[in-house]
Amino acid sequence: MDDKPINQKAWFLVLPVVVTVAFSAVVPLMTVVNYSVQDIFDPHTRYFVGTEWFEQILHDSRLHGALVRQFVFSLSVLLIEIPLGIGIALTMPRRGRWVSVCLVLLALPLLVPWNVVGTIWQIFARPDIGLLGRAVNALGIPYNYTGDPTDAWVTVLVMDVWHWTSLVVLLCYAGLQAIPDAFYQAARIDGASRWAVFRYIELPKLRGVLMIAILLRFMDSFMIYAEPFVLTGGGPGSATTFLSQLLTTMAVGQFDLGPAAAFSLIYFLIILLFSYVFYTALTHLGRGANR
Amino acid sequence: MEWMAWTLPTALFFVAVGCLLLGMTVLQLVWPTVERKGFLPMKTTRGDRLFIGLLASAYLHLAWLAFTDLSLWWALGLSVLLLAVVLRWG
Repeated sequence: MDDKPINQKAWFLVLPVVVTVAFSAVVPLMTVVNYSVQDIFDPHTRYFVGTEWFEQILHDSRLHGALVRQFVFSLSVLLIEIPLGIGIALTMPRRGRWVSVCLVLLALPLLVPWNVVGTIWQIFARPDIGLLGRAVNALGIPYNYTGDPTDAWVTVLVMDVWHWTSLVVLLCYAGLQAIPDAFYQAARIDGASRWAVFRYIELPKLRGVLMIAILLRFMDSFMIYAEPFVLTGGGPGSATTFLSQLLTTMAVGQFDLGPAAAFSLIYFLIILLFSYVFYTALTHLGRGANR
Repeated sequence: MEWMAWTLPTALFFVAVGCLLLGMTVLQLVWPTVERKGFLPMKTTRGDRLFIGLLASAYLHLAWLAFTDLSLWWALGLSVLLLAVVLRWG
């Protein structure tokens, strides 16, 4: 085994990915770093300002507000979508013709583009002509997402749950299907309860897909832009203005490229930290469980 | 490269990052890393500790800018120290 020749040619297979990532991620990131330390007037007129934009952004109360809202939103999304996704996946049929029906129905929201989802919910939730808005008001519950911050928040959350829970369901369903029958047979012989089967067989086996689901949903919800932008425009006031919308306003609306670049880097560092913490925690949790 | 709006400080920063990555690659070839447990709450490789150290340094710089008026060179010095500690005992 030791005299097996070492072949480094596999690196050439990785090369296309390296080149693609370099041009799609590394070069733009380097440009953003360059922009973040300069005052850019036009492509030929720019001045070095050091860390001024970072100081300005770090003391910006709009960023603080958007950051808090973003964390509350992402946390709410994870707390709702992950248990709900697991629950739905557990109740889905494992075999038979209904499997295809369920999978197609669940995949439908995922196929709708982000801005279309916002438009659908904007009309659906309108208190004057929308089915949801009129129905909720008819029940005697005052509801107006364009005027009330709580209603706006609930609507944005429900919209996200409608759009993305399917992803968690599909991932969990794939994970459940991969569990060999022998595990269930052993549990039946031992007289394990349904809860015990879930806790000691299904949940540990779902660790890998749950890690992917949590990471995807965290990163995606932390970068949410189109849906709340179309639905509420960040309002009422700034109640549903999340980080990406604030960043876009700064970069495209006000054309403050330097501060927007500094903002982007801080935003990137936050996502990087939380994704790494989630990934490390879940990976090491899994190692412990497999022991 | 004009469109990338390069400045000397940012160029030096990326050269340093490049050298760091190159150094780690050479080190890996010469002296392959072994996962070990230090004061960090999980087993880490040399690359893990470098990443954690760099990320912590970035946050240290941001905190320095947000909460103090002192020179950023102090934050850089502390970051180098932090990186060394994480790499050695992390």
